[in-house]
Amino acid sequence: MGAGHAHKLYRHGHSPVHALPPHCKLAAVFCFVLVVVATPREAMWAFGLYAALLAAVAAVARVPVGFLLKRLVVEVPFVAFALLMPFVVPGEQTSVLGVSVSVPGLWGAWNVLAKATLGVAASVLLASTTELRAVLLGLQRLKLPPLLVQIASFMIRYGDVVTDEMRRMSIARRSRGFEARGVRHWRVLAASAGALFIRSYERGERVHLAMVSRGYTGTMPVIDEVTATRAQWAYAAALPALALAVCLLGWTL
Amino acid sequence: MHVPDGFIDAPVSVAAGVVAVGAVAVSLRGARRELDERTAPLAGLVAAFIFAVQMLNFPVAAGTSGHLMGGALAAILVGPYTGVLCVSVVLLMQGVFFADGGLTALGVNITVMGVVTVLVAYGLFRLLTGVLPRTRRSATASAFVAALISVPAAAAAFTLLYWVGGTTDVPIGKVFTAMVGVHTLIGIGEAVITALTVGAVLAVRPDLVHGVSGLAAPLKLRVDGELVDAPAAPRDPGPPLAARSTRGFWITGLVSAFLLAGVVSFYASTDLDGLERVAADQGIDETAEEHGAADSPLAEYGVGGITNTRLSGGLAGVIGVSATVVVGTGVFWVVRRRHDHDPAPHGQDRDAASGPAPDRASGPDRGPAPAPDRDPGPDRAPGHRRDQGDA
Repeated sequence: MGAGHAHKLYRHGHSPVHALPPHCKLAAVFCFVLVVVATPREAMWAFGLYAALLAAVAAVARVPVGFLLKRLVVEVPFVAFALLMPFVVPGEQTSVLGVSVSVPGLWGAWNVLAKATLGVAASVLLASTTELRAVLLGLQRLKLPPLLVQIASFMIRYGDVVTDEMRRMSIARRSRGFEARGVRHWRVLAASAGALFIRSYERGERVHLAMVSRGYTGTMPVIDEVTATRAQWAYAAALPALALAVCLLGWTL
Repeated sequence: MHVPDGFIDAPVSVAAGVVAVGAVAVSLRGARRELDERTAPLAGLVAAFIFAVQMLNFPVAAGTSGHLMGGALAAILVGPYTGVLCVSVVLLMQGVFFADGGLTALGVNITVMGVVTVLVAYGLFRLLTGVLPRTRRSATASAFVAALISVPAAAAAFTLLYWVGGTTDVPIGKVFTAMVGVHTLIGIGEAVITALTVGAVLAVRPDLVHGVSGLAAPLKLRVDGELVDAPAAPRDPGPPLAARSTRGFWITGLVSAFLLAGVVSFYASTDLDGLERVAADQGIDETAEEHGAADSPLAEYGVGGITNTRLSGGLAGVIGVSATVVVGTGVFWVVRRRHDHDPAPHGQDRDAASGPAPDRASGPDRGPAPAPDRDPGPDRAPGHRRDQGDA
C-alpha cells in the first residue's frame, strides 16, 4: 500500500512511446509479432533487422537494456527446449564443434528461439511503456467484449490483493512453525488454497454489493475515452510496417 | 505449457484463435447464467485467485517444486463457463503483461489450457459425481480423477495442434509420448492438490462448489440449548435450470474416458527406444537437469522426456494403465453397489444440475444464501479450516 501506484512491470517515463495511445501500441505489437511469426526462418538477416527495430523502439522509449534483458528471463524454459531440438529431431546430420546434430533440428531451434525472443521482447516493451489500466482501456477500444475487459480489470486490480492475502497466509503458516518440505505437507497448502478461494469468492460478492450500492447496472461507465489521432496511428504503425517490408523481402529474396 | 510465438505456424495459430474466440464468446453467455450480473466482479476475483494460486509452489522432492495450473480447480469450483473465462483472462493478462506465452499463440494457449482442460475436467467430474454416491469423499475423489486426466488431455490437445502446425518436424509419436508422459506425472501433483483444495472448500463452504450440490449440512438452530432443524428457507424456484439435461456432461465424460483409453493404448504401441538412445548417445542429460522447477512443461519435457526417459516413459505407461483399471473397476463397483441399495439412482442426476442454482442466484435484494457452515472469520490460520466445517 505504501508503494507507488504503478505496477512494477511499468516503467514510468515521458518518451514518445509512452505517449502513444494504448490501443495503437497494442495493435502495433500484435501486428509486429504476427509478421515475425510469418517470416521464413531461412531469412536470418530478417530477424536481425527485427531485433534492430525493437532496439530502436527501446531507445526511443528510453527503456534500459538491462531492464529489458532481465524481463526476457521468462523465456528460459523454452530456450532449454529449443537447445534440445538439434539432438532429438531426425534428419540430415552435421557436425558442430565435434557434436553431431541434425540440420532440421538446428533450423527448428533457431526458428523457435528467434521468434519467441522477438515476441517476448515486443510484449515486454509494451508492458513497460504502458500502464496496466491504459492497456485495459486499449483492449476495450479494440472491441474486446466489455464484460471481458471488466473481468480482466478486476483481475488486475485484485490480483495484488489476493496475492498479498496468500502471502499473509504463508507468513501465518511460517510463524506457526510450518515449513513445506515435501508431499506430506500438500494438505496444508491445499487447505490454504481452499481458504484463499473462499476469501476471493466472498470478496467478489462484497465488491459486487458495494458496486450495486453505488449504482452499478452491469456496465462500467467510461469516463476517460482514449482516442488516437491519425498521426498517432501512423506513428505506431511504423514498427509493423517496417517489419512487414522486411518480411516481404524475406519471402522474395 | 505457455506456448511462445513461433512454436506453432501462423495459419494454425489463427485457427486456434478463432476456436478460442468462439469458446470465450460462449463462456461469456454461459457465465452470465452461472453468475448473473455478478459476473464481472466474481469472475474477476476468481481469475485473480487462479493467478495467485499458480504462484503457490508445492515442494515435490529433492528441492524441486511444482505449481498448480488451476484449470480443473476453476471448472469444479465455479463451473465450466466461468472456468474457461477465468483461465482465458489469466492467460490474456499473462501474455500481454508478463510476456508469458506469445501473443500470436494466445489462441493456442486458451484452447489448450482453458477450453480442453476445463471441458475434460468438468465433464469427468460431473460424470463421476453422478455415478458415485453423493458424499464429500466421492466429490474429492472425482476432483482427483478429473484433474489427473485433464492435464494429459491438454498435453494431447497441444500435440494435435503441434502435429497440424508445428514449425519443426519432431516425430509426432515422440512429442506425444513425451508430452503426455510428462504431463501424466504433472497431472498427479495437480490432481492431489486440486482434490485437497476442493475438499477444503467443501468442508467450509460446500455451497460454493459449483460441481456438487446437496452436500451442505442442514441449517440447525440452537433453541434452549438444543439443536433443532431450521425451517427450510424459502427458495427461489428454478424451473429453467431444472429442465436442463445432464446428457451433455455424460457425453463429454464418455468422450474423455475414450480419450484415456486411446492414450493408454498408444503407450502399448509406441516405441520409446529412439528418444532414449538419442538422449543417451549425446550425453545431454546435464543440460536438462536444472529446469525441474521451471513452469513450462516443455522444459519439463526435457527433464522427464530426456533425463529419465526410461523411468518417466515406463512410469507414465504404468500410471496410465493403472488409472484406467482403477477408474473402470471403481465405476463398475459403485454402479453395482448402487443397484443393490438404491433402486432409483437416476433422479439424483437432475438434482445435481438444478441444485446449486437457487443458492447462487441470491442477488443483492435477497438475504444471504442459506449457508450453514459459514466461514468463522478471516483471521484463523488456514490449517484449521477443515475441522471447522464438520461442526
